[in-house]
Amino acid sequence: MRILSPTAILGYGFPADSFEEGLSRQPDAIAVDAGSTDPGPYYLGSGESFTHRDAVKRDLELILEAAVKKKIPVLIGTAGGSGGEPHLKRDLDVIREIAGERRLHFKIALIHSEVDRELVRRAIHLDKITPLGSAPVLTEDVLDGTVRIVGQMGVEPIIGALEAGADVVLAGRAYDPSVFAAPALLRGFRPGPAIHLGKILECGAIAATPGSGSDCLMGYLRPGCFEVEPLNPGRRCTVASVAAHTLYEKSNPVLLPGPGGMLVLSGAKFEQAGDNRVRVTGSRFMPSDSYRVKLEGVKKAGYRTVSVAGCRDPVMIREINSVIGLVRERARDNFSGRGYNYLLDFRLYGINGVMGSLEPTADDVPRELGIIIEAVAETQDVADTICSFARSTMLHCSYPGRKATAGNLAFPFSPSDFRGGEVYRFSVYHLMKVRDPFELFPLEIIEI
Amino acid sequence: MEKVGIKELAEVIRSKNSGPYELTLDIIFKDRRSFEIARKSGLFTRELFAEKYGIEEDRVVSVIEYEQANAIKATIVRPVESGGPGETDVYGAQQHAPLLEIEIPVD
Repeated sequence: MRILSPTAILGYGFPADSFEEGLSRQPDAIAVDAGSTDPGPYYLGSGESFTHRDAVKRDLELILEAAVKKKIPVLIGTAGGSGGEPHLKRDLDVIREIAGERRLHFKIALIHSEVDRELVRRAIHLDKITPLGSAPVLTEDVLDGTVRIVGQMGVEPIIGALEAGADVVLAGRAYDPSVFAAPALLRGFRPGPAIHLGKILECGAIAATPGSGSDCLMGYLRPGCFEVEPLNPGRRCTVASVAAHTLYEKSNPVLLPGPGGMLVLSGAKFEQAGDNRVRVTGSRFMPSDSYRVKLEGVKKAGYRTVSVAGCRDPVMIREINSVIGLVRERARDNFSGRGYNYLLDFRLYGINGVMGSLEPTADDVPRELGIIIEAVAETQDVADTICSFARSTMLHCSYPGRKATAGNLAFPFSPSDFRGGEVYRFSVYHLMKVRDPFELFPLEIIEI
Repeated sequence: MEKVGIKELAEVIRSKNSGPYELTLDIIFKDRRSFEIARKSGLFTRELFAEKYGIEEDRVVSVIEYEQANAIKATIVRPVESGGPGETDVYGAQQHAPLLEIEIPVD
């Protein structure tokens, strides 16, 4: 069985030549991951996508045009980047638009993945919620502040959609390998190799060398093993590139927990199977006693305004910590009668702007300093007020040894301050025990 | 004892989020020989990663040797969850620099 992965994330693009090459291998399914939590909590909370609509449309035009004509099933996981209802709707709109423009007709399966807060509350009461990794325990207080929760579906709801006769499956939040493994499991392949293949395919050509998140990768499943191969003649899959990829973005490279069980790769063997192909054997899947689904949720933390500035004065740079202390104190004192609730923070590029508290050499004195003043508050107006006040105070305050009395900051832009809009924080990153793999993921079939 | 800079032995040294609450650090060595030098040095322990990042040892979740990729992987707890207050690196992709200075003792 052959599965084509066009790109690492729908909207990241892929060369049309690679895709054509993939089509010429007569794939049995085209599957693509459309999301990630990597870009942070904002997108799940706001309902926005981190991929641009027109970039997604471009990728889907190529995929749908070819797939519908050749009757190849298309599977899209984590629609719209985060898999919530607004994200699903965004990608469905794009698909409808393409179908209209190109007069394509097909059956699409939508798999919803937003999880009702009250359902999670009941699960807390029934002791069915456990934190994942280093996440804190989920309390009802945290749940009350949470604005959107999605569950990560396994392969089962996607297999269900294919069995219902869908030509295109648009899935909400999905465990990344699910859309790749589902068509293979439907054909009777073992879950170990199928899910492991999905793990590699979901990142497109990142597992090749040179790696790329915007190029295609082809997967070949056979009984007991699979092979992966890039479709761009400028790339190769090597044992090193594929084995290295199994380390990527995960804490443990040999025990990979997912919905309904654990992918065990301790016995996996990678071997070169041709100049640019790698064969993998020995991947196993161990089902767990109870089926648990990963939940992701975010709460609203306020509104952000930032100001961008630089400093080249060696005395000011030396005194930067006392300047920041003074600015914080002035802001606190000035608005003490207002009852504002805000966070005021300073990123110091040149000192520890990239690594924060993890920076081992924060005592080195740089030649110039990049400064981002950040205010987060309960309203945009208060964030604007605090950021603006901190910026003007920092610009004109005095510090020990000061020679330059005209201004302490260099602003590259006018206006100097920028509204970042709504701010969210991850609040749910937990496992929930479910009755069955379909419970949280209703299926809806639409004829287009 | 002689020492060799890690950049001479490693092909890849990188950091990345592993979920919103953890940061994972990969050191992929050039070949089995380089990996064995690193492994046998006994240097790659929780203590090493705690020291490199100025954190308590209990914040180092794991240190794992992965032979198939000639790699050593460490995972630490993020100072704040991805995108939380004071965040400096939402993707966690620029937290690897302290590892580039490691010197590995060789026999």
